[in-house]
Amino acid sequence: MVEANLTAARDVPREADSPRDSDVAHFGADKPLKLDSGVVLSPFQVAYKTYGTLNAERSNAVLVCHALTGDQHVASEHPVTGKGGWWETMIGPRKPIDTERYFIICANVIGGCMGTTGPASTDPRTGKPYALSFPVVTIRDMVRAQAMLVDYLGIDTLFAVVGGSMGGMQVLQWAASYPERVFSALPIACATRHSAQNIAFHEVGRQAIMADPEWRGGNYLTEGTDPQHRGLAVARMAAHITYLSDAALHRKFGRKFQDREKVTFSFDADFQVESYLRYQGISFVERFDANSYLYLTRAMDYFDLAADCDGGLVANAFRNSPTRFCVISFTSDWLFPTSESRAIVHALNAAGARVSFAEIVTDKGHDAFLLDEPELLAIVRGFLDGARKARGLSGAP
Amino acid sequence: MLSRPDTAHIARNSGGARVDLVLVADMVERGAKVLDVGCGDGELLRLLAETRDVDGRGIELSREGVNDSVAKGLAVIQGDADTDLADYPDDAFDYVILSQTLQATRHPRVVLEHMLRIGRRAIVSFPNFGHWKVRLQLLFAGHMPQTDILPYSWYDTPNIHHCTIKDFVQLCDEIGVKMEKAVALNAWGSPLRLNAPWWFWNLFGEQAVFLLSREG
Repeated sequence: MVEANLTAARDVPREADSPRDSDVAHFGADKPLKLDSGVVLSPFQVAYKTYGTLNAERSNAVLVCHALTGDQHVASEHPVTGKGGWWETMIGPRKPIDTERYFIICANVIGGCMGTTGPASTDPRTGKPYALSFPVVTIRDMVRAQAMLVDYLGIDTLFAVVGGSMGGMQVLQWAASYPERVFSALPIACATRHSAQNIAFHEVGRQAIMADPEWRGGNYLTEGTDPQHRGLAVARMAAHITYLSDAALHRKFGRKFQDREKVTFSFDADFQVESYLRYQGISFVERFDANSYLYLTRAMDYFDLAADCDGGLVANAFRNSPTRFCVISFTSDWLFPTSESRAIVHALNAAGARVSFAEIVTDKGHDAFLLDEPELLAIVRGFLDGARKARGLSGAP
Repeated sequence: MLSRPDTAHIARNSGGARVDLVLVADMVERGAKVLDVGCGDGELLRLLAETRDVDGRGIELSREGVNDSVAKGLAVIQGDADTDLADYPDDAFDYVILSQTLQATRHPRVVLEHMLRIGRRAIVSFPNFGHWKVRLQLLFAGHMPQTDILPYSWYDTPNIHHCTIKDFVQLCDEIGVKMEKAVALNAWGSPLRLNAPWWFWNLFGEQAVFLLSREG
């Protein structure tokens, strides 16, 4: 029975190669992706979604960069889960990133598993999934691939590049790598480098995946095993805690019991918070690839803008930058605390860049950037309105 | 800086703009790059953008002020004049403005020195503690002065370093700052006679605005 299911599963085109409800840009041998590791990835593809209409001047494009476990389905139904887009509070008609004004692009990152080339994609040389033979990628590699997509779409300058968390890292990298192509940048709840604590949490997640006997050295797709429900779910559970806050967990769950009156003296999910985390783990594995999780967490760990700069100073990454920046952090975010955003702001000030910075009061932790936070929405709207005026964009496309 | 002084009681002109801000704006060259330290809800930055076409940036201590300003499309960051000016490079701005905030800083002299390091010019406005109303209250009533422009009780005032026009001029001399322009406003928001002597300004000026530059 199990065997039959797996065979059936193999006949269905995999999201990693043939994404549903997405556009795909193919880059052949003439357009290789030169990675930071020195490896050249070719051919490769980028799966992306667009919303809204590109204006005649091609000047109203907004690139949205997704976070670690996000994807291109930013403002429309997810083909696997059937749920709404992950940033529908921010993006849509008359929302702060208004689909009636802007042409919005969101692409699955390189190394991802929703249609852009990653470890679950089929290696054309072997006809099998890459698995761990996929090269290690960096945030800069993700941005390089996005820049090739933006070229492919015939867009020279992006009106805005926006993203939170790992998406915010990509925003900073965009502004550092292609300052002339980024009119305005909104890095939210992020940092110029991944902290030791964050690398440590990622390592816990990776070890959980690799400790799963079904992982098989990363070859689960060819060996027909399923590491998703153990290792990857545990990795997600651990990570999910870091996206919340003590106050938010307490407010939501406290010490409340799950469908019972008292403790059961067992290791069942007695507490609601346990049940919630298990659910988070299980629902995540439906739509995510274990090896992708390894690669993308690694990319975040390697991120250190200063390391690429003269004198190891982040400010040098933004010297003479023409980009308008708006940096946003949240008071209860302990994964990317306000001090990290302040460091970005100091660097931008030292570089003489035009920067706004707001810290938003919330107890919802790192995840706040994805939630309906009125102040966040007002600030993004106001910042983009100001930028639109400066760019001379009219109201409608 | 502890918190930003309340400026609701400062006189406004017929256009609804605060008279001291209009005075400050008049000192700024068109198209200049400006840093407004303690920019509040961004009123001066907006005035400068509208009337002088400046590239304006702001620092503000209160989170509400910052978030309001950013939502209006202004380039404002949350920060403290006493600690954060040190992060700015030399000559980053044409003007650094400190409007009605000097007396609320912990280290006014250091702040002033930073302003003239970061900017080619500095514009400072402050309430004059030498004004006759202030002097009379202390002399005859024997309590800490409370006026329209200084409405606080001694125990809840954000103003921890009051100075008079005379004191400020002396500080400028001490740190070798050149005074390019000075204007004192009376209680009705009208400028005092330009050729009046300093003692007259110090007695009848309710607030003063100075345009400063580095010596030499």
